[in-house]
Amino acid sequence: MALKTETMILNMGPQHPSTHGVLRLELELEGELIVDVKPHIGYLHRCFEKHAEAMTYPQVIPYTDRMDYLASMYNNFGYVLAVEKLLGIEVPERVEYIRVIMGELQRIASHLVAIGTYGLDIGAFTPFLYCFRDREKILNLFEITCGARLLYNYMWVGGLSHDIHPDFVRLTKDFIKEFRPTIKELNDLLSYNKIFIERTANIGILPLATAINYGVTGPSLRGSGLAFDLRKEEPYSIYDRFDFDVPVGQGLMGTVGDCWDRYYVRVLEMEQSLRIIEQAIDKIPDGDVHSAIPRRIKPPVGTVYQRVENPRGELGYFIISDGSTNPFRVKVRAPSFVNLEVLGELCKGHLVADVIAILGSIDIVLGEVDR
Amino acid sequence: MGILDKEFSDGNIVITKVEDLFNWARLSSIWQLGFGLACCAIEMMATSASHYDFDRFGVIPRNTPRQADAIIISGTVTLKMATRIKRLYEQMPEPKYIISMGSCANCGGPYWNHGYHVLKGVDRVIPVDVYVPGCPPRPEALLEGLLKLQEKIRHESLTKKQA
Repeated sequence: MALKTETMILNMGPQHPSTHGVLRLELELEGELIVDVKPHIGYLHRCFEKHAEAMTYPQVIPYTDRMDYLASMYNNFGYVLAVEKLLGIEVPERVEYIRVIMGELQRIASHLVAIGTYGLDIGAFTPFLYCFRDREKILNLFEITCGARLLYNYMWVGGLSHDIHPDFVRLTKDFIKEFRPTIKELNDLLSYNKIFIERTANIGILPLATAINYGVTGPSLRGSGLAFDLRKEEPYSIYDRFDFDVPVGQGLMGTVGDCWDRYYVRVLEMEQSLRIIEQAIDKIPDGDVHSAIPRRIKPPVGTVYQRVENPRGELGYFIISDGSTNPFRVKVRAPSFVNLEVLGELCKGHLVADVIAILGSIDIVLGEVDR
Repeated sequence: MGILDKEFSDGNIVITKVEDLFNWARLSSIWQLGFGLACCAIEMMATSASHYDFDRFGVIPRNTPRQADAIIISGTVTLKMATRIKRLYEQMPEPKYIISMGSCANCGGPYWNHGYHVLKGVDRVIPVDVYVPGCPPRPEALLEGLLKLQEKIRHESLTKKQA
């Protein structure tokens, strides 16, 4: 007679140091092995879409900051592009260049947090300190530009809140010079660390077909080997003017699409962002960043969908305008929310400890998952 | 400070009040519950990281409420999270302190008006010692909040209940 067994339910979160915020995972366990993972979300639901209905178009921008708080600049970027498309206005060249530079700096800052906290989850404390040291330098650049460290409200519809500081170009060049060697340092410290590789290689393999079926985007998709980047596929702003590569996972340490690949794509992307900044920083044309800002924002009746490549994947804004000064509806396609869904698929058959490694590798921000 | 003021010449004996000694020990090693809620958690992490170095004040993140002395409510408290925060607070051993970090935890912040799912201030569920304003507060502001908390602990009485 077979012994009757039951699976065990284990709760992880909402207070857990490695859930990157307030996420609750309901793990169904067969001994030490994961049978199923159910993410429970909503612990940080801050009613973004309700706010968007009640605010005027420019007033929504600070709330977009607070969705993906690690990539605030990029959230601004997507939203203002969408509203500009709705209004049909052209922004000055200077604004476009500054936006791209800020967006790429933000991408580096966001990836630094992702890499640092990933190391922290796995058990490597030192890379966290190194990453935050470098991130502070980027935050200083943002601070001299707009005064804020984390939530900027920098990109406005048709322009920017402030022009760049006279020293900005010099300081950014200094930063690039200082930062480039630290990527190698980070690789030696974490990426090629034997313990780190043991914990991440061949863990949580995401086959490309599964990734596409779930709608996974960003570094998590590229880790599975598909070079899909909206900056290349559907260039918005002035991304078509720059020369950069789209790094993909190659299974250097294990299988294509494992945690290490997803992690390493982020490391390689930082280098590519530096290349874009280098190309853009010398070409910033003269001009007035406030010249194209409309006095009154009242778009015609219509809908618009604008997607951008946020550090976490495809960030889309769908705006319905009823012709008034307030948007009728703003729907956000949040990359973290979509990427989180694949977690159950990735964790099946792995150990409990691997859930931490897998969750860190898909790099979610709960502010964006719940909005 | 007053702990080492009245020292005998050979240096082995220090005369102080029990209260002062306890308070001094308490305020110098406030272990915080490593617990982030929203955007402010990133600034809290930045405060603990290399540049601002929270450790120099004896603040070390602990992962369980049973080992924590203080909890920094760093971010928006939603109605769904509020009951969990109360429960975490109840699991902490006495004496326990709370720093409310950022406008959201203080009063609902930008979500005050239309945030149907946001608790309008964490002090509606747990008692707060220090409020740090800002959205998000700079790391320097959080450090200032911690110094204020230390000041508060320094003047605590073992016998009299503080108001």
